[in-house]
Amino acid sequence: MGMFEAILLTVATAATPLLIAAMGELVVERSGVLNLGVEGMMIMGAVAGFGVAQLTGSAWLGMFAAILAGAAFSLLFGFLTLTLVTNQVATGLALTLLGLGASAMIGESFVGLPGVRMQSLNIPVLTDLPVVGKFLFGQDPIFYMSILLTIGVTWFLFRTRAGLTLRAVGDNHTSAHALGVRVIRVRYLAVMFGGACAGLAGAQLSLVYVPQWVENMTSGRGWIALALVVFASWRPWRILAGAYLFGAVTIGQLHAQALGIGIPSQFMSSLPYLATIIVLVLISRNKRLTLMNTPTSLGKPFVPDR
Amino acid sequence: MKKLLMALSMAASFAVAGAAHAEDKLKVGFIYIGPPGDFGWTYQHDQGRKEMERALGDKVETTFLESVPEGADAERSIERLARAGNKLIFTTSFGYMDATIKVAQKFPNVKFEHATGYKTADNVAVYNSRFYEGRYVQGVIAAKLSKVGVAGYIGSFPIPEVVQGINSFMLGAQSVNPNFKVKVIWANAWFDPGKEADAAKALVDQGVDIITQHTDSTAPMQVAAERKIKAFGQASDMIKFGPETQLTAIVDNWGPYYIERAKAVIDGTWKTHNVFHGMHENLVVMAPYTNMPDDVKKLAEETQAKITSGALKPFTGPVKKQDGSEWLKAGETADDKTILGMNFYVAGVDDKLPK
Repeated sequence: MGMFEAILLTVATAATPLLIAAMGELVVERSGVLNLGVEGMMIMGAVAGFGVAQLTGSAWLGMFAAILAGAAFSLLFGFLTLTLVTNQVATGLALTLLGLGASAMIGESFVGLPGVRMQSLNIPVLTDLPVVGKFLFGQDPIFYMSILLTIGVTWFLFRTRAGLTLRAVGDNHTSAHALGVRVIRVRYLAVMFGGACAGLAGAQLSLVYVPQWVENMTSGRGWIALALVVFASWRPWRILAGAYLFGAVTIGQLHAQALGIGIPSQFMSSLPYLATIIVLVLISRNKRLTLMNTPTSLGKPFVPDR
Repeated sequence: MKKLLMALSMAASFAVAGAAHAEDKLKVGFIYIGPPGDFGWTYQHDQGRKEMERALGDKVETTFLESVPEGADAERSIERLARAGNKLIFTTSFGYMDATIKVAQKFPNVKFEHATGYKTADNVAVYNSRFYEGRYVQGVIAAKLSKVGVAGYIGSFPIPEVVQGINSFMLGAQSVNPNFKVKVIWANAWFDPGKEADAAKALVDQGVDIITQHTDSTAPMQVAAERKIKAFGQASDMIKFGPETQLTAIVDNWGPYYIERAKAVIDGTWKTHNVFHGMHENLVVMAPYTNMPDDVKKLAEETQAKITSGALKPFTGPVKKQDGSEWLKAGETADDKTILGMNFYVAGVDDKLPK
């Protein structure tokens, strides 16, 4: 395996959880809801995925459990912010704290157990192609799901009637309501989709990235995903670009360090953040386009018939 | 649950303090840098705490705050433990040093124990471990086993504790193979399984065939197992994550020290000190030597025995610094002050030390 191919694979593994979680949050925010609980839902997914895979021996069952766990956990957020109309920012933060604590409690007995790894694809001939074979045809199923997810979300948001409705709800919930759209129901579905994605991202962490369970293993990836959504100005393909850029610079700086390039490691470690923010801000400079893509009702509570 | 229990126990302790009723239980607090479930650094401190509870039974009551960041939060957390009536507080990471000293000034009747630092006070003791002794043994093993003559080293932060380890590893390796090389990657984190795994992958992709780590999760061990190379565990025995991978691990055995110090507070004999324990005091323990031929195992055991008896000190001259200047003359050994403040590499380390 050549160096380039090896780096490409590592980058994909590092970028995939960010991409999936950010894509879920994109849909949530496009519906006008700001859920800061991504980190919490992600870690719930990670612990559920690890636990179920451990108990059943099947990484696939673990993955489905993670998706369900993320969605179920997000329902709590939905109930509080959409039905009881609590403050979205505070509730989202609480969800993160709760998720980190609850997952530690659930996962206490999983600590120190080697996990079940999700098997990578292996297609004779195709996987063995030089340079790109492993990247295109030899990765874990969650990688392919992340790419399908990007295509699916783009198609849904911009090519379907339901996507239009969702964006309408996010742009102006009062008008959407006046048109007969069931705002709260749309938002519930969006929030659950976001939760399911965060859960899947968590499963990628505990079943593919590092097949083990340790407390706090998301290490802030949920927050990076949240930032990606904003810096990508709520557009799916830019999230993909941002996630891979972030992954590429992260891995690149590690390799540069191992090669012994004399740049301070503290600076190298901050590079992924700097590079991603700068690039995404630069490509989002077109104010009109950005405005068009910003969900204007973002974070505003909606109470029907008032 | 633990957090909830902790909150409850804190609330209860406030109530007790309010009732001004003298309890004869010694309350002992711990500040952890990571979660007890990291299966590394914090896990071992927590094992030490539990050992103390088992040994001293109802004479002690322990509380811990986990994942406390080094910095402003640390001071607040330590103060919280002090206010909650803990009379002995262990702060278990280098970066808590200044915060510990600050809080200690406000609470002269509380005893503080800071791990791996160097600032003491009347009520602040410092305890440290000569992990580097274990690193020397690892270096010997690595140089014996590596086919390419290059090891990968995942560092957390460029502080003396970690630099000691890299230098000692290097000197151990050079005692077997003078041309041995080590590639260093700084993760700039103590605990981030994903990043540690990425660092391990980068090192393997660059051709190293043995990995050692000074970060706290089991992720690098798992990557090494997957890529079929060898690795050393860190802080606790990680053999379960690499049954055919782990060569040995440096295990931090804090329990005996914690028991001794708690007893001293109970007996009223506690005094500040600055101790630097190693293999001799059984604080640095090596996990079983596995996955290596018998002759290497024998050499490792001999090296360990020599260090334990004091016949071999890892930092013994002649040693040159990375820039070629002389550090230790032939036969000269480094004093503890130099070791504790180590901020330079020895000759042969192929990395520029971040300042």
